[in-house]
This record gives sequence, C-alpha cells and structure tokens, in this order.
Amino acid sequence: MKETPLSNCERRFLLRAIEERKRLDGRQSYDYRNVRISFGADYGCCIVELGRTRVLGQVSCELVSPKLNRATEGILFFNLELSPMAAPAFEPGRQSDLLVKLNRLLERCLRNSKCIDTESLCVVAGVKVWQIRVDLHLLNHDGNIIDAASIAAIVALCHFRRPDVSVQGEEVTLYTPEERDPVPLSIHHMPICVSFAFFQQGTYLLVDPSEREERVMDGLLVIAMNKHREICTIQSSGGIMLLKDQVLRCSKITGVKVAEITELIQKALENDRKVRKEGGKFGFAESIPDQKISAFKMERALVDTKDVEEQAEEIITKADSPSDVFAKPVLRMPGMAQLGEGIENSWGDLEESEREEEEEGNSDDATTSEGQKMEMEERNVVRNTKKGDDTIVLSDSEEEEVVILEPEERPKKTRSSGGMVKHPWGSQKEIHGTKPALHFYFPYPCHPPPLP
Amino acid sequence: MGSEPGGCGLRRFSCELGPLGRPDGSAALLQGDTSVLAGLYGPAEVKVSKELYDKATVEVLLKPKVGLPGVFEKNREQLIRKTCEAALLGALHPRTSITIVLQVISDAGSLLACCLNAACMGLMDAGLPMKSLFCGVTCTLDATGAIGLDPTAKQEKEARAVVTFAISSVERQVLMSTTKGTCSVEELQQCIAAAQRASGAIFQFYRDSVRRKYSKT
Repeated sequence: MKETPLSNCERRFLLRAIEERKRLDGRQSYDYRNVRISFGADYGCCIVELGRTRVLGQVSCELVSPKLNRATEGILFFNLELSPMAAPAFEPGRQSDLLVKLNRLLERCLRNSKCIDTESLCVVAGVKVWQIRVDLHLLNHDGNIIDAASIAAIVALCHFRRPDVSVQGEEVTLYTPEERDPVPLSIHHMPICVSFAFFQQGTYLLVDPSEREERVMDGLLVIAMNKHREICTIQSSGGIMLLKDQVLRCSKITGVKVAEITELIQKALENDRKVRKEGGKFGFAESIPDQKISAFKMERALVDTKDVEEQAEEIITKADSPSDVFAKPVLRMPGMAQLGEGIENSWGDLEESEREEEEEGNSDDATTSEGQKMEMEERNVVRNTKKGDDTIVLSDSEEEEVVILEPEERPKKTRSSGGMVKHPWGSQKEIHGTKPALHFYFPYPCHPPPLP
Repeated sequence: MGSEPGGCGLRRFSCELGPLGRPDGSAALLQGDTSVLAGLYGPAEVKVSKELYDKATVEVLLKPKVGLPGVFEKNREQLIRKTCEAALLGALHPRTSITIVLQVISDAGSLLACCLNAACMGLMDAGLPMKSLFCGVTCTLDATGAIGLDPTAKQEKEARAVVTFAISSVERQVLMSTTKGTCSVEELQQCIAAAQRASGAIFQFYRDSVRRKYSKT
C-alpha cells in the first residue's frame, strides 16, 4: 500500500504552526515525548514507546567461530526491521533506503562506539566466541524511529543475560539457566540517539519530530551521546547547511535529554531486577495497566472436560462406517493399474452433467462442449477426418483454433458398467488413444471438503 | 494444568484493544506468557497483481521475534489466512486488501492458538464484517491419553500429540485443525469436544473485553 501523500494545506498548516512555535501535540520545541519501557518475561526482551512510536527489542546469543582478523572478539549484529504493521507503506522484506540508513546509524551508534566489551564475549580465542544478535522491530511508526530504536537496543542489551560457560583445558561447558545463573553483558556506557528536525533552512529547530513533522522537515541532525557527554555519532542529513553554534546548541540539548533518558532506563532496569529477585510477577502482562478501558484481563478459566470421552464416542458411533475398501491392486493391462472396485462414484453431479453432454453430442453427431474436451490432439483430428462421416466443428472461441471431435462409437457405459470410481478426466485419455503411463483410481468416494 | 481433577484450564488471558496508532485495527493478546501483537490494515488499496474482482484479498504476515520468517512461519500464515478468509465477509469489499500482521512478542506455548485469537481480536477492533468470530485452542494428549488445554512450551514438548483447532462462534464449528504427533480417531474427537468447550470461555472473553472498551465508565 502506498503512503497517503501529505496535502498542500496540511503542509502549510504544519509549517505555519512551527513558525509560531507551536506543535500539533502541544509540546514545546525542545520537549521530548514520554518514554515508556516495559520488559518481557524472558531476558533481553523489551518494548520501548516514544510517544506512539513503538519498538520491540530482542537480544539473542549464539556460539560461533570468530572472524579471522579478530580472533579474540565477539560479534555484535544489529537488525532493525520496519514491519508493515508500523505503517502501510513499509513492505515486508524490502531493503528501503530508509531502512539501510537507520541500520547503519544504529551500528555506528552502538557497535562503533565500543559500548559493549566484545573481548569479554570470547570463549576460546580463535575458536569460539559469542555472537550477540539484536533484533529490533518497529511496531508503530509515529516519527523518530532512530531514537526509539537506539533506546530499545541499549535497554535490551542491558537486560540480556547470556548462559554461563566454563573452559577447562580444551573442554567448554555451557550451563543451562537452572545450573548456573546467566551472566549479563559488560557494558561500558550507554549511547543514546537524539534527533533534531530543521525547518525553513535551519531557522526553526524541533527536538524529537513526530511523523507529520518529519514529512515537512528540511534537514535532520542525529547526535548519539552517552551520559558522560561524549559524542558517539553525529549525522546530518537532508542536505541542510548548519551553522557552528546550531550544532553546539544541539549537542547541549542532547546532553540534557540523554541524562534524563539514561536515568529512566536505569530506573526501569532496577525495577525489573527487583521484581524478578523478589519472585513477583513480571512480563508484558503486568505492564498493561488494569484501569485502562481498552485493556481486559481474564483470570484462569476452568473448562469442564469430564464427559468429552462420552461425547466423542457418541459422535464416532453415529458416524457412518467407512465403506469397504478393496486394497488389492488390479492390473488392467500393461501400464495401467487400478486400486479398488465396486464403489459408486460420489461425484454424481459432475458425472450427470457430463453424461448429458455426451448424449447431446451423440445425437447431433458433433459436440460443442467446452472445457476439458477442448484439449484434443491434432493427431485424432487427422484420423477422424479420414472416416468421413463425422462432422468437424471448429470452435468459435477467439483464443485458439481448437478442433473438437467425438470419437466414433464410444462404448457409453464404460464408466457405469465397471462401477469403478474414476477421475472425472479419466475417460478423456481413452478417447485420445494416448496411453497414460500409469492410471490410479482411488478407492474412496471423494467428498469435496465441507464448506466452512 | 491438565492434571487437575474435573477438567483442565486455560491460562490467564489479557488483552489490549487498539494499542497501536497507525493500523486500522490492532490488538495485543497475552495467553499466560505467550504474547502476540496483531496490527491490521484494510480494506485498503490492493496491488493489481493480487486484486480479486469478487472479494477482498486477505494477507497474513507472521513475524518471528528473532531472525527472518521461514517455512514454518509461511505454513502458519497460510493456516491463519484460510481461517480468516472463512470468517470474513470478503465479498463486501471486492478489489481491496486486508493485511493482518502478527508479531510474536513471546512464545511460551500455544503460539498458533494465540495468533488466531489475536487476529480475531484485531479484526473485531478494525470493525470488519465477519460471518462469525473464531478462536484458536490448542490441546495436548499425554502418554496416558489425558487431555490438556492451552499448554505451556514445556507441556507441548512433553506431550504425545499437540492439536490446534480454530473454532467458529456459530455452532462451535471447526474451521481449521492441525496436528503434531500421533493420536487415535477417538482422541481427536475428544480433543475437538474439549476445544469446543474451551472456546466458550474465549468467546466470553472477547465479549467482555469489547463490552469494556465501549462502556462509558
């Protein structure tokens, strides 16, 4: 589905509002939307909501052999996906420019800033290292994907616990969570991206643009910073020329926002840790607020399954017993075998209509049947025209010139006399005179599946 | 859960209708610790290659949490799509597309059933016309032949057979069934009967959640 284009009046309205220092959602220029972090039941799973933008993060790990030039370093892999759930314009499995740009920015923000100690992920140098995979799924797109994704990635990495391993000589032992508590990753610092949108050639600046604002912006500046005010990545896109003091002002704002967000992340992680330690309830079920009108919870429901056996038995006894099956194959002639005999064909309707067609055809000495009978071979035509007394009717369909014929003196009762079940197209092959390699007839009456 | 006297139970159900802003309908459903988020767009513009002149094109996308969707997901997408097509009145919206995106948030057993339930709640939230509602129920059969409902991942692993049904709200008809493992005809019938009973509780849950959403207080 294509993106709905933004109308000119909408565009003008948005730009006018920005000129008047007003935003559609009532924020001030430097305001960040609310950030909400919730954790799943398993380690390394979180959902980050930035206003209505929502990102699901999941970290997983695997033991792999390291890269040749980095024998003692673990591997970090990031994968952000723009799910079609987030916006109708996102197509599944397509690498759009936006996606490539976001993934690259995320890698630069998290991998190249060396926020994770990759050397601690080494198990046996040159042989086995941990590969940490971060999957991020955008669930709802309401602008500023990169900030939400970078928060989700770092939160998921902080929350993640990998299985413990021990090395004794050559032997590597992997412990299950029951045997030994899983260990957290060692994280040096937490880089977080903050986006700035510029309008009217950089005259106006907005922090954390929403989806609508992103569509009318001229340029975007993304700064990744940690709480020690160290810039990890900076990227300006959209081809806008910024002044030095604009960039400096943005970096100052970033410092403030990053400090706030880092504090929030640490609080959320601490909360989750406490709940898990105390053995309380955790997971997404707990993160849905009870009083919300659109949320509903049902406690465990008991289902009475005491007399299902009787019910099942009743159904089985009531059901018709399956008809007898002749499982012995009959060899009709070389190259033609048959399974089962003596069962009435249940494809009654089809048979009847076909028979009518045949009768019609015989009386007129010519057929005007359609469908399957059209596919007759040229060879037969030649043979039949020699006999002379058969009429050839050329099909008047525009598609293809097809000659339709009726075979002379076809024993009409072949099908009913044997009483065997045939494939509805079976008889045709006999007419053609072409010998099918192998013919199987099915012993079961074929019921079409009941319509739901 | 299956070992309780006098029957077995469904895990705790929680849902949120319309958690997402962008899609036309969305629902988050939790069955115990299994959680699926459904987002749905439609009836909307359809690609010319997929256009059907007499009914809406239903598409289902199942996204795993880790990695890319594979054959396993494609198979389940197909099962869910067929069930949705059976329940939807697609003929009312010809030449349109209805896209249902299901995102697995956590898998702790009965994932297919949870996907079906989330898809149905998403369809309800979007207000699309349907012949009937449907729900997914997973049953397990253990070595002794005892039936368990709504199993956890551990129970699924220990079971001899895992059977999943989609049940329609009209006369509790079976819309879809898929089995894993071995079971006899009698046991399959017993599972159907058990699933039909369990569907009552799920349909009541649907009803109560929608009633709550449209209540005034």
